[in-house]
Amino acid sequence: MAQTETAPLQRSGPASGSGQGSKPGTGSGAMPNVYASGRLGKSVPWIVLGASLLVSIAIFALVQVASGGGFNVAGAVVLTGVLNGVAIYLTALLVEGGRQAKDRLVTTLVSSAFIIALAPLVSLFITVLSRGTARFDVQLFTESMRNVVGEGGGALHAIVGTLIMTGIAALISVPIGLLTSIYLVEYGRGALARAITFFVDVMTGIPSIVAGLFAYALFAIFFGPGIRLGIAGAVALSVLMIPVVVRSSEEMLRLVPNELREAAFALGVPKWLTILKVVLPTSIAGITTGVMLAIARVIGETAPLLVAAGFTANMNYNPFDGRMQSLPVFVYSSYVSQGTDAQAYLDRAWAAALTLILIVMALNLIARLVARAFSPKLGR
Amino acid sequence: MSKRIEVKDLNVYYSKFLAVEDVSLTIEPRSVTAFIGPSGCGKSTFIRTLNRMHEVIPGARVEGEVLVDGDNLYGPGVDPVLVRRNIGMVFQRPNPFPTMSIRENVLAGVTLNNRRMPKSTADDLVEKSLQGANLWKEVKDRLDKPGSSLSGGQQQRLCIARAIAVEPDVLLMDEPCSALDPISTLAIEDLIEELKNEYTIVIVTHNMQQASRVSDRTAFFNIAGTGKPGKLIEYDDTNTIFTQPSVQATEDYVSGRFG
Repeated sequence: MAQTETAPLQRSGPASGSGQGSKPGTGSGAMPNVYASGRLGKSVPWIVLGASLLVSIAIFALVQVASGGGFNVAGAVVLTGVLNGVAIYLTALLVEGGRQAKDRLVTTLVSSAFIIALAPLVSLFITVLSRGTARFDVQLFTESMRNVVGEGGGALHAIVGTLIMTGIAALISVPIGLLTSIYLVEYGRGALARAITFFVDVMTGIPSIVAGLFAYALFAIFFGPGIRLGIAGAVALSVLMIPVVVRSSEEMLRLVPNELREAAFALGVPKWLTILKVVLPTSIAGITTGVMLAIARVIGETAPLLVAAGFTANMNYNPFDGRMQSLPVFVYSSYVSQGTDAQAYLDRAWAAALTLILIVMALNLIARLVARAFSPKLGR
Repeated sequence: MSKRIEVKDLNVYYSKFLAVEDVSLTIEPRSVTAFIGPSGCGKSTFIRTLNRMHEVIPGARVEGEVLVDGDNLYGPGVDPVLVRRNIGMVFQRPNPFPTMSIRENVLAGVTLNNRRMPKSTADDLVEKSLQGANLWKEVKDRLDKPGSSLSGGQQQRLCIARAIAVEPDVLLMDEPCSALDPISTLAIEDLIEELKNEYTIVIVTHNMQQASRVSDRTAFFNIAGTGKPGKLIEYDDTNTIFTQPSVQATEDYVSGRFG
């Protein structure tokens, strides 16, 4: 322990210009800063990383030559990570002492964890992008699949269906969800509020296929068995969406400081006006983000729409009449029932998947912009 | 404008816990009354019962009467919203509305109640209220900036401007200076001195110099121990309380020889 503390101080005199990467902070030439001496330079971790990479590439190249197989990229990357962790720890331990060495090791571990978490996302996006662009053309957005076998055709009916059904689901869920969360935060006391919170939690865990069956069963009561409607799909989605909206907006409403409510009450403002004009505007940014995330959560649902709205090759703008296609179901049905020209069906499936991802990204972008536009300004 | 407050045999409960016991006092119009006492003795609880703000806390209830010019605030059918329109309140921490500009904050009492007002009237009200709160000179060129862009002392004066813009009869202040530096405190004490000419002012403070500087009458609250209810120990002219109090506990407290 004593060694780690004194080491930099002892080193500071002679080592000031000896390529440790420690530049004297301000006054060059005069006494070096004792607090800045004995540290690794900023470039050292990168040099260590580069060296680890070179070493592991060399090792795997030798393995390749010896065994005659292909170059093992994954193995090289993993070995680079391990070598880098060990090397940076030892380097820092020798130069900077134990505390800094642990810091560098943990920094390396956290960065690696981040890269590992990011890898599937990047890989997925690259895959969808590379395979989806083949049919990502004007035809995809202008034609349906009516009377199309093999090549050609488009996903317009699925895009329109997804937008209509998700839009109706949002129209149903946002008012119900928002009013429920307002009740829970501002009015709810005792058994009823606890019961609502409990059932919202239960609803969060409903499997999506069950929501689809519920919507189907509900509409089958009125229209007889075998009914499949766009509106039924929207109802199924809203069953999944309501608990998400309730939960997220409840959190946002609870974040509004009580002092603001008290300030409004003390001005003689009734409770409902306080909620409408103080609480909601203060939390609108967070609520919007929550609603957008809830939409993004349900827009990719396949199972409930397959059950409640069915699938079709035809255009259908009317959610109250006939089956309605949606993008996830379009991807699913193109993939399971590949026709005579299998590649055409696969290309369409990937292009539709890409469209779906782009719609979700656009929604998130809009949510960010809306949140920024509405959030309380703190400019001076 | 300004009104007399009579409190008769007031008990305040949090659910079953008796927080403040048996308070009776009379607050004269156009005067400043200070409530002093150790933390947890029920000053803030009591001042909140004067405009029914304690009802915001779940489980809080009151027994007894609070008469404002003879009208009982706790009579049957009394609308707490109307009570609060006539008895304004300023809180310990400045709480301007973050979504509103300085001008909108001052007008909040009007606009939040969905009342409309011609722009010229609104401009006059903003200027009058901000001048009343000694803030006009500092903010008159940036009325459209957010209220949260001001310093803590300015925010508190903005809150006072917002409270007096609705022209209440009584202004309650719950430790209005405890989060402020000495200069902002001085500005607010000067302001209280001016506001006294138009309003009945009740102020809770931990600062005994402040109580002796700004108030005409002082009420001393105390508790016997944890879990016991707070009580009004002595209520008299500020001079009497600080020079020759009749109760030993008061003397111990104001002279700093407490406990």
